[in-house]
Amino acid sequence: MTENYTALYEQHKKAGASFTDFGGWQMPLKYESELAEHHAVRKAAGLFDLSHMGEVWVTGPDAAAFLDFALAGKLSAIAVGKAKYSLICNADGGIIDDLITYRRPSPEEGVDQYLVVPNAGNAKVVAAALLERAARFDVVVDDASAETSLIAVQGPNAEAILLTLVPAEQHALVTELKYYAAVEVSINGQDLLLARTGYTGEDGFEIYIPNLDAPGLWEALLEVGKGHGLIPAGLAARDSLRLEAGMPLYGNELSRYVNAYAAGLGPVVSLAKESDFIGKEALAAIKAAGVGSTIGQKLVGLKGAGRRAARAHYSVLKDGSLIGEVTSGQPSPTLGYPIALAYVDVEHSEPGTIVDVDLRGKSEPFEVVPLPFYKRQK
Amino acid sequence: MSKVVAELKYSAEHEWVASDGGGPVGIGISAVAADALGDIVYVDLPEVGSTVTAGETCGEVESTKSVSDLYSPVTGEVTEINDAVVDDPALINNDPYGAGWLFKVAATEEGPLMTAEEYAATNGGEL
Repeated sequence: MTENYTALYEQHKKAGASFTDFGGWQMPLKYESELAEHHAVRKAAGLFDLSHMGEVWVTGPDAAAFLDFALAGKLSAIAVGKAKYSLICNADGGIIDDLITYRRPSPEEGVDQYLVVPNAGNAKVVAAALLERAARFDVVVDDASAETSLIAVQGPNAEAILLTLVPAEQHALVTELKYYAAVEVSINGQDLLLARTGYTGEDGFEIYIPNLDAPGLWEALLEVGKGHGLIPAGLAARDSLRLEAGMPLYGNELSRYVNAYAAGLGPVVSLAKESDFIGKEALAAIKAAGVGSTIGQKLVGLKGAGRRAARAHYSVLKDGSLIGEVTSGQPSPTLGYPIALAYVDVEHSEPGTIVDVDLRGKSEPFEVVPLPFYKRQK
Repeated sequence: MSKVVAELKYSAEHEWVASDGGGPVGIGISAVAADALGDIVYVDLPEVGSTVTAGETCGEVESTKSVSDLYSPVTGEVTEINDAVVDDPALINNDPYGAGWLFKVAATEEGPLMTAEEYAATNGGEL
């Protein structure tokens, strides 16, 4: 796989990052301590380079109708300025990717515009699938992933940090920005798309910016963030944060072999929308059969009784019989005990159920618990 | 660059061995291994009085990101374990060659061990 480098690679190197390959990208895994980075996001703020994520613009008179057909959610229903979590599925209901889609203001009369954000490793596949699905619609699908950087500021101090870079007359745009909404603001003297979204379970922002300008913004954020406890955070912290927040990771919890109902994402699928969409027939049948509720497997949270953590692909057992598999797991830095996500047979998926996880030959008890593991105080 | 201490000997599995003039040998993991593991949050050590065998697993070291088996670099009886590191595994990251030592063995035999130079050369560690 070709190694891609984000526009912030030099910044990461200078900060002493250890790198890892993720979705074909060389990304910072951690800078000094992934635990310190994790705690910084929970208590103060962390700065993330998410430039490996994709950015696909969908523009045209049919943009809304097209996305209703291409994705599982009802994207035509989102208001301008708002965003929605959605899935792009195969005809068999398998998940090609999970996405955030932003509805942007109409660039001209009669034309709608959306920004679709797929995961790093899926960006090309999603862009190709959207193009293919666009054939009979009046839309332009423009994959801007290669030119666009994405910088996230996450944590309770994120808003205060952003406000130091946004002119006073725009402060209300930031403070009044709702979760899953986006607005154009001037940051560092440049108009940028600022979204109140994230993957950490904390308040926070994601900023879309042309590659050329990304290093300047990164350094400006680090500088003004210093007094607010902001430190750069890598993918290791991102993973532990999202796991505590009970958020699925494509490749772990989600794949082409998993459907939305088993993954607990049933509400993301709009079987009720008027238009047909790819995967609808299969998903309707899967739902009608009771997959994820009365038959098959379901994604659950597990809490370890001991100190040893369950890891991805470990077997979940009940009375010695195989009933499922862990998809993500590690010691929770915030909670202090091991947490995991696992697919288990629905009959063992009730919170309070005690199951065993085979930890390299030795079974340890885990309790099925409701998700998320961690919820911030508002 | 992860530090490699010149006075110690090293196994291919990244354990270090400190000889102490005929007494039990001290054992820990190298900074190279500690850095690669990330922040260590749990360590499982052999019991005092148990026998460990060179090249065989005798415990595990778990970080937020991964878990690794601990291989004994020597054969013999475990005479002491570092309780401080069990209580605070972060000592391994902070001071892998000092306060982060793991256990001591009355060694009757050593597994294949490398000099610090040889070990550093295999993984780009810094002497």
